[in-house]
Amino acid sequence: MRIIARVDVKNNHVIKGIHLEGLRQVGDPNELARRYYEAGIDEIVFIDAVASLYDRNNLFPIIRAATEDVFVPITVGGGIRSVEDVTAALNAGADKVAINTAAVRRPELVTEVARRFGSQCMIASVQAKRRADGWEVLVETGRERTGLRVIPWIKELEERGVGEILLTSVDQEGTRRGFDIDLIESVDSLVTIPVVASGGYGSTEHLSPLLRRTVPSGIAFASVLHYEMASPEDLRAAVQTALEGTS
Amino acid sequence: MSRRVLILDYGWGNMRSLDNAVQAAGAIADASRERSSFRMADALVVPGVGSFSHGMASLEAQELVGHIKEFAETGRPILGICLGMQLLFDKGTEFGETAGLGLIPGVVRRIPVDFSCQKLPHVGWTHVEGSHAADRSMFRGIPPEDRRFYFVHSYSAMDVAGQHIWGTVEYGALELVAAVSRENVWGTQFHPEKSGPAGLRVLKNFIDLC
Repeated sequence: MRIIARVDVKNNHVIKGIHLEGLRQVGDPNELARRYYEAGIDEIVFIDAVASLYDRNNLFPIIRAATEDVFVPITVGGGIRSVEDVTAALNAGADKVAINTAAVRRPELVTEVARRFGSQCMIASVQAKRRADGWEVLVETGRERTGLRVIPWIKELEERGVGEILLTSVDQEGTRRGFDIDLIESVDSLVTIPVVASGGYGSTEHLSPLLRRTVPSGIAFASVLHYEMASPEDLRAAVQTALEGTS
Repeated sequence: MSRRVLILDYGWGNMRSLDNAVQAAGAIADASRERSSFRMADALVVPGVGSFSHGMASLEAQELVGHIKEFAETGRPILGICLGMQLLFDKGTEFGETAGLGLIPGVVRRIPVDFSCQKLPHVGWTHVEGSHAADRSMFRGIPPEDRRFYFVHSYSAMDVAGQHIWGTVEYGALELVAAVSRENVWGTQFHPEKSGPAGLRVLKNFIDLC
């Protein structure tokens, strides 16, 4: 299972929030990326947290710099709106792009990207907020409601050819109070493509309850890494222990 | 003297990462498709992500198939990575049958996953079991416990002769071909440029073959 660092960036600073709001600066994106790489991270996801303000992704210089000394898969997301944006992101050195809002606005984009570049380069980032009868899809970095329900939306994304799902629980994100296990299990059992769970990890105790129900392809960590509460190797060891305990 | 590595730029693959990785491994990187680059290179890397048929169509449209085969005949080392490895084989089966470069006998087919408990593509870092010969060549200097590499693929090389396989991976109940070689032609299904220090060491070992 992949140990992934999720790095949200605003104005060239890494930020951290709760429920995708309430921002706090925690460091330089390239320095953090290098630190996590040297500490054994499996993969890094850079999200432009304010792409909607500028109507485009501004992280390509960070991506270019990252590829010089960080030799693990790199994903970039936030403001990826067109096939041209995907081309630019991949040329900057990203291995994958994460698409959220643009796919909701125009699902055909997903089909176009899959056809042009292949599914393996495209992650659908889905931000899920708990409602009475399931979960709702949010966009614009968790600020806007869509009325779409997560499960049917993810099924459509899979059918259109996304390669992976990056599933963020808006309710749990930044709280360090544990995962939304029902959400992760519902999605993981629904699709044949890999699912990366994001949002809520706070301590090693949170792992067994999740892994007993389902083992996602990866877990994206943010707070715990950025606040130096655990290293990538600590997290890998904790996951291994939890997996062995559930078998 | 630094080796010159031609990274074939045919439209499929992360050029920037490979360029940086080849340099980090101690060689001069030339991302190109020019005839002169083929002449001057000490080694050739064929990258690639995506589908077999798109990859071959691009190589054919840019008239690169002949150059790659001629390069192989000169005896200089070639390394195919991911889709680049798959294209080394006789054919792919994604949309009907597509002829490959035919440099190593074998066929590329979809990984026969058990969807009740597995995903496609096979994504993630997986341990590669190496042959004894690999210990002395591509895995030299990499302890067995560090042979963990990044994979992302839905198709895999099959019907490959044992003598041409130097690395395998387990995916659920399946054993998949992870690394191949035939004389001077090498291939890794995994991405050495995305597999941290161990991957960079594989690239360095490949460059040292020159």
